[in-house]
Amino acid sequence: MITRRSFLEAARSTATFVGGSLLLPRGTEAAANQSGLKLSPLLPEGTRAEAVLDSLPGKKPLIKLTYRPPNYETPLEYFRTAITPNEAFFVRYHLPNIPEVDAKTWKLVVGGEGANSQAELTLDDLQGMPAEEIVAVNQCSGNRRGLFRPHVPGVQWGYGAMGCARWKGVRLKDLLEKVGVKKEAVEIVFDGADKPLLDKTPDFIKSIPIWKGLEETTLIAYEMNGQPLPHYNGFPARIIVPGWTATYWVKHLTSIKIVTSSERGFWMSPAYRIPLGLFPLAARFSSQDTPANTPITEILVNSLITSHTDGASVKAGATTSIAGIAWDGGYGLRAVEFSTDDGKTWLTATMGVDLGRFAFRTFSFPFSGNSKGKQTVMARATNRIGQTQTTEPIHNPAGYHHNVIHSITLNVV
Amino acid sequence: MRAFLIACLGAMIVAPALAEEKPIELKKAPDVEKFAASCGSCHSLDYIEMNSPFLNAAQWDAEVNKMIRVFGAPIDEADAKAIADYLKKNYGS
Repeated sequence: MITRRSFLEAARSTATFVGGSLLLPRGTEAAANQSGLKLSPLLPEGTRAEAVLDSLPGKKPLIKLTYRPPNYETPLEYFRTAITPNEAFFVRYHLPNIPEVDAKTWKLVVGGEGANSQAELTLDDLQGMPAEEIVAVNQCSGNRRGLFRPHVPGVQWGYGAMGCARWKGVRLKDLLEKVGVKKEAVEIVFDGADKPLLDKTPDFIKSIPIWKGLEETTLIAYEMNGQPLPHYNGFPARIIVPGWTATYWVKHLTSIKIVTSSERGFWMSPAYRIPLGLFPLAARFSSQDTPANTPITEILVNSLITSHTDGASVKAGATTSIAGIAWDGGYGLRAVEFSTDDGKTWLTATMGVDLGRFAFRTFSFPFSGNSKGKQTVMARATNRIGQTQTTEPIHNPAGYHHNVIHSITLNVV
Repeated sequence: MRAFLIACLGAMIVAPALAEEKPIELKKAPDVEKFAASCGSCHSLDYIEMNSPFLNAAQWDAEVNKMIRVFGAPIDEADAKAIADYLKKNYGS
């Protein structure tokens, strides 16, 4: 574990610099963008220059956007299956002090003024309760933020701030019932072991409405794809809020509080807000509404072509299978369609195995490149309540909810 | 040391930090040390290049203000101005 003191000392030592004059010309620099990365040209120029493939302990090389706090996205090739491997699952932190939690001494405190009693659970206690499993997409609210024009400040994510795993854990509802929920309770507040370095920095504390906490699918997960949670994905336990964006899925969970007034910390307001009326909103978080905005909640319907990268070559006169994944906030997918004529006509793709309404679902369609040259291929998902993807980004101050139809250009050769 | 110097080249300077963190190249200009020491104690400095060069002067001011007012960065007014100026000149639009 990095203590605050050792951290500050390490940081202080970085204030020594190497002067420029005695050094070699720039041409021999190991440029960041020479790490074999092919990033979307829509991303900011600086992002494309600084991003590198880098491995965190226990992880495969991922696209490093920032080292500290660590923000690493999953490369496209890991989205060719509906389940994202743990070691390739994206990493997102707001705070730099991330302790290695000891499972033997870890405790989860459940209580708050809206609870009738308090409880303290060890990992053994949690694992001794009835277990539930669910396959669900964990997607950062700001996934694809880097593709907005004009650019929006923040972590400049491309397509990979998301993943889908089989989560195993305890229903939050069971824990809430254990302590008893008072009728005046409005929200459930989560805190994790990751902390700021400075006392004045707001701790990462998130809340969800009581109704969401009581849904059968909201879990406290201690397993991911049959393994303990990786450290960088929240060991030993995190909240799973299927259908909602990853901001609520608090990692390294230490505290659950039932509260009778809405949580007002920075990470609930003004952070993670969308303007009212801009996006379709089925699931409301009304205790947090202001006249101007509301918390981001559900993941919007979306899809991604993953079998081929933008600019990939395919053979003329042959039929190539193009494939990808689609997902939504839990209403279930009605269809994925594809277009090879810039969106003029759309045909229905073949859907892969259904792992549940919160999961990635694979799709595929045939592509026949009859004439040589560049050809655009697009995919578009629609869910069962009729929501579909947009043709242009809906610009918003924090760069959330980018679900523009994914389009790639193939080189028919 | 020589290998390190060779890696840190030209018009750039380098701020190494924690073990897993690779050196971040920074544009060498007045107040770069002040910027790196103040900002780099809480977060890696790749945040800056990642958010460039699209932020304009007002947006860089807003980012520096946010770090002080919201996140509690202990930076006085004079240093805040120097840091914002460094960011605007070297990473601004």
